[in-house]
Amino acid sequence: MSRYFTDEHEWIEVEGNTATVGITDYAQSQLGDIVFAEVPAVGASLSKGGDAAVVESVKAASDVYAPVTGIVTEGNDALADDPALVNSDPEGAGWFFKIELDDLSELDGLMDAAAYKAFVDSL
Amino acid sequence: MSDDTEMLELPLGDWHRAKGARMVSFAGYSMPIQYEGIMAEHTWTRSSAGLFDVSHMGQLILSGDNVTAALEALVPGDISALKEGRMRYSLLLAHDGGVLDDLMITATPTGLYVVVNGAVKHQDIAFLRANLPDNIAINHLEDRALLALQGPKAVEAISRIVPGVDQLFFMEADIFLWGEIPLWISRSGYTGEDGVEISVAVEHVTELADALCAQLEVKPIGLGARDSLRLEAGLPLYGHDMDPSTDPVEGNASFAISKRRRAEGGFHGSERILKALSDGPGRKLVGFTVEGKVPVREGAPVFEGETQVGVVTSGGFAPSVGAPIAMGYVAAAHIAPGTALEAEVRGKRVPLTVASMPFIPHTYHRRGKAQ
Repeated sequence: MSRYFTDEHEWIEVEGNTATVGITDYAQSQLGDIVFAEVPAVGASLSKGGDAAVVESVKAASDVYAPVTGIVTEGNDALADDPALVNSDPEGAGWFFKIELDDLSELDGLMDAAAYKAFVDSL
Repeated sequence: MSDDTEMLELPLGDWHRAKGARMVSFAGYSMPIQYEGIMAEHTWTRSSAGLFDVSHMGQLILSGDNVTAALEALVPGDISALKEGRMRYSLLLAHDGGVLDDLMITATPTGLYVVVNGAVKHQDIAFLRANLPDNIAINHLEDRALLALQGPKAVEAISRIVPGVDQLFFMEADIFLWGEIPLWISRSGYTGEDGVEISVAVEHVTELADALCAQLEVKPIGLGARDSLRLEAGLPLYGHDMDPSTDPVEGNASFAISKRRRAEGGFHGSERILKALSDGPGRKLVGFTVEGKVPVREGAPVFEGETQVGVVTSGGFAPSVGAPIAMGYVAAAHIAPGTALEAEVRGKRVPLTVASMPFIPHTYHRRGKAQ
């Protein structure tokens, strides 16, 4: 398994052809208290860089973008009842959706953990 | 963001950063949006006391012969009835009766002390200058900061270091001494809670903020919670819930049109405004409760069936309500509390119900009628 990161602060953990997607700890700390999260429907077709999910803090609504192109295989239903999971465990139980990847080569442009840390430190 | 040279610095800017604030641009200033988190700060203010830096707001003294009569041409409130040390919420009106700003006016021995919104303060001053007689002096108190201490324990906390503040009732103001430093303090605010607003010379504001935060009841609170608190209190945010295209009756501010002024008129737009008072406005600012968890925010259109009947002007998650709430304008046929409507959010309909405001009861320390 390997985990990649986008410059829009999503993480994607890849296992074979499928992957789990969420937002990073840095992203949740910037958003503040999450009060609502909307995950994509199973079967939805997402394109890399396109809108995938919505996360709302007290203050504002933000889009979560698809790190890769593919078909959604599962949404995290737990977020409907407990959107604060995105704050308390953003890179674990606060995941947003699972996706079946169209093209594994799309991962090439993403950051690994060290590169993402350097990116966040530079902000 | 924080190195944006366009942003002006508040006297407490470094103080906020040292307290861990995240700074954002608001009304042209770099201001704290939050410290530990909006929810925690909101709840702390409702249960204890929160310190807000509102130094971006404009503090003015209007003075000169017949200043109250002169200002009354531009606002619908009964300003001449204000006794010294009493204050009133009012509205600055354009010639057509549109709302240019909402403001607080206090009668003081040196003139009328007026607090206006930060985002429009320079426009307000220019409008006042152009529309008040030449003998009226407008003194912009740029050497003063403004703090708000709000919450059920606010007055207890400040009275410990500034004796006598607890003697004020809601919408009363006076000069108090903090040691040897004079403070202009009013029992007022914009959270729906009891509390005070404190005008202090810029050179003493850091020291005062420290002294207030040294009280166990007090924590600094950012703009994020200020917004959620005022929304729950049903208080409009100028530039969002009211603007030059709205008149006071539409803006749910008929209470600010005093009895004598209704009888006499004689203020900007009085013909239009008094007509709206007697006939009812064509549309009105109302509150909404929201079914479900989706926050309904500014700009969301409001429908009855297929017909758009209004628009949301403020909205979000309300921490003390535990659900999303909103306010917005709807056509007069749909303003009765209990009316079922729908908002559209990201292409989906979200059920709304027109609700009486405030959403959370005000806890102002009002002077009893007998006193």
